[in-house]
Amino acid sequence: MSLTPPNQMIWWKEPIHRIEVTWIILALSWCLVLFLWMPYWHVFGDQNLSSESYRIKPEAFEAKAKAMADQYTVRKETKMEIPVVKPPPGSDVYLVARLWQWWPILELEKDKSYRLHISSLDWQHGLSIQPVNINVQVLPGYEVVMNITPNQAGEYGVVCNEFCGIGHHTMLGKIYVK
Amino acid sequence: MAVKMFRKCPDSGLYFHKTAESLMKAHAVLGVVYLLIGGVLGLLVAATRAPGIHLLSAEAFYTALTAHGTAILIYWIIFFEMAVLYFASSTLLRCRPATPGIGWIGFLLMLIGSTMSMVAFARGNSSVMFTSYVPMPAEPIFYLGLILFAVGALIGCFVFLGTLVIAKREQTYDGSVPLVTFGAIVACVIAVFTIASGAAILLPTFLWSVGLINNIDPAIYRLFWWGMGHSSQQINVSAHVAIWYAIAAILFGAKPMSEKVSRGAFLLYILFLQLASAHHLLVDAGLSASWKVFNTSYAMYLAVLASMIHGLTVPGAIEVAQRKKGYTNGLFEWLRKAPWGNPVFSGMFLSLIVFGFIGGITGVVMGTEQINLIIHNTIFVPGHFHATVAVGTTLAFMAITYFLIPVLFRREVIMPGLAKWQPYIFTAGMLLLILFMLGAGTLGVPRRHWDINFADAAMQYQFAGSAIAMMGVAGMGGILAAVGGALFCLIAVGSLVFGKRLDQGASLFSSFGLPMADSSYTVERPDRLERTPVESSGSSGHAVEAKGTFVLALVFLASFVVYFFINAKYLSSLWKLG
Ligand code: HEM
Ligand SMILES: [Cu+2]
Ligand SMILES: [Cu+2]
Repeated sequence: MSLTPPNQMIWWKEPIHRIEVTWIILALSWCLVLFLWMPYWHVFGDQNLSSESYRIKPEAFEAKAKAMADQYTVRKETKMEIPVVKPPPGSDVYLVARLWQWWPILELEKDKSYRLHISSLDWQHGLSIQPVNINVQVLPGYEVVMNITPNQAGEYGVVCNEFCGIGHHTMLGKIYVK
Repeated sequence: MAVKMFRKCPDSGLYFHKTAESLMKAHAVLGVVYLLIGGVLGLLVAATRAPGIHLLSAEAFYTALTAHGTAILIYWIIFFEMAVLYFASSTLLRCRPATPGIGWIGFLLMLIGSTMSMVAFARGNSSVMFTSYVPMPAEPIFYLGLILFAVGALIGCFVFLGTLVIAKREQTYDGSVPLVTFGAIVACVIAVFTIASGAAILLPTFLWSVGLINNIDPAIYRLFWWGMGHSSQQINVSAHVAIWYAIAAILFGAKPMSEKVSRGAFLLYILFLQLASAHHLLVDAGLSASWKVFNTSYAMYLAVLASMIHGLTVPGAIEVAQRKKGYTNGLFEWLRKAPWGNPVFSGMFLSLIVFGFIGGITGVVMGTEQINLIIHNTIFVPGHFHATVAVGTTLAFMAITYFLIPVLFRREVIMPGLAKWQPYIFTAGMLLLILFMLGAGTLGVPRRHWDINFADAAMQYQFAGSAIAMMGVAGMGGILAAVGGALFCLIAVGSLVFGKRLDQGASLFSSFGLPMADSSYTVERPDRLERTPVESSGSSGHAVEAKGTFVLALVFLASFVVYFFINAKYLSSLWKLG
């Protein structure tokens, strides 16, 4: 019984029951498949998060985003006059997370690649591009670079899915893919 | 001076030491208090996330959610686990507890610490979620409360280890410790590691909150915090698996199919979970892909393997025992004829099924490096862990409580008719909550979010109608689960107060921690705990037959494979990322 000491003093020499062995082999094989799937996907899959990241001061990141916006703003939207920025394909694109805003609005071209840089100027945030459902943690002090190739035109919402204080649920941004 | 400190429970044959018994009761009762608080908060949270109800204001919602996570995941579970440790050492090994006075100090620290952080929540300036990611600040008493609680729990762990040493030295048992105690030892070892990791990050964070340290790196915080946060889930798993084995033994006299496999699986938990904190960091900055893959899989999948083994051997042990009793027809007569009307059994078995089929599968799938991209921080995540901790751990603890009320507290369970249904009501509600949170999460709905209609945002975004509808159904499920949880608290506390006394010495106060009347303690030193007797010889090949369990395991594996590849397919529909 599981409430009493094992019958055999040397319990680790007991034979194992057949179905246990079979199950362990099956389960272990599946674990190996799961493991190998990840490197496999790194080589053959199209959705891998790059691990390119840098430490950066919030002010420095903000300055880079501002410079991009100054150069490529095509119009302004919403009451708050948020710039809509249309950087050339292949370029470095900056998306700032701060309480409680994703800044600026981006306009990207379908099937073109961009280097998307994200960082937070204050607390932690969660980049959640909807409805494609791409979710990445955003930390202050770290700049993450993702290589993205949007392959479907549309208007995407950028939701914040890391709790960032009382305005968390108002933190919504936008990406246009045309 | 021979003082009689033990009593023998006439119903179960278990021996309870006077002080250990009081410690067990005190921890269990306080745990249930936190379950009640946390459950009420869970109800409010679920009713707010249901779009049709949207009960609380934003501020109240975030505070309630922070308090829900803390009270129920940390305080309910760990208080109860401390009771389990005293049970698995003092009671199962028939041994006096080591330094009971220090055990009480540990209890007091846990009580004070947990109260402090609840006070911090009530003051309203610490609504940072129980993960308290820096640099979002909480009040110092929040961190201090967590630290004191952890120190108290650490003390409890050492009293447990000390008790094992005494048991060994005084030879209160023959041979190796029972499997259930072995599982508790594993839980305790992991707890010590967990608390060390927690201390390494919470102490500096506390100092930061009072202004003595300037800056805590958010990435490092997450690494260490999840060193605690993830490993502590492995404590829960070890503890509730130990309880599964215990209940299988109590109700069926089941013995493990083989000691070696079950114990080896427990050991895998210790060996391979440390860096499983990686699966919380799969979409974090500053970590290389190979670090993520290695730690999320090599380290984690062997712990996963361990759970898959227990998932076979626990029902397998029950099947073997049932077949021996003559339930040999077909694949599943042993299961059909199990005592489904007994909440100790139904709670345990539902816990096992939901933990494995839903909690386990979703956990591994979202712990796959790339698949995490479509799941991280969506409401899928709470869907997953309500299957693991709210059904897996919590329901297993509820089930064993139905056993402990008569045995430990010496009270009859009140309202047995309701008690019979309680595990089903709770599970049904939880299943709705879980499945629909999983579904809505797959459609991108964020967790910890007050308004997925974004009424107050500068821009607009509309989630799919089906996602909103699913959140509504999840809310209904949450309400039903809360009813099931409340029934449990009502029955448990009600039994301690109003239940028929099974022992002359069981008074109202002894229900909540004070020892029972002296007349109950009649044993000076229990007999030595003997080894499990050898099986009465029979056709031994037949004695360990568990075909039905094996078929269940194959169904499980097939669901696992299918669900994994569905998600891989979904992943491939995303934008290209490189
Ligand atoms: C009484 C029934 C319960 C209900 C109705 C309930 C409901 C919920 C809901 C709806 C959320 C997600 C909210 C969100 O992310 O926006 C949540 C979060 C959570 N629940 Fe529960 N829950 C219940 C019981 C439990 C139990 C028994 C546990 C653990 C033992 C638990 C642990 C948690 C944790 C850790 C969180 C995450 C908090 C956070 O994100 O910081 N819940 N609960
Ligand atoms: Cu945010
Ligand atoms: Cu946020």
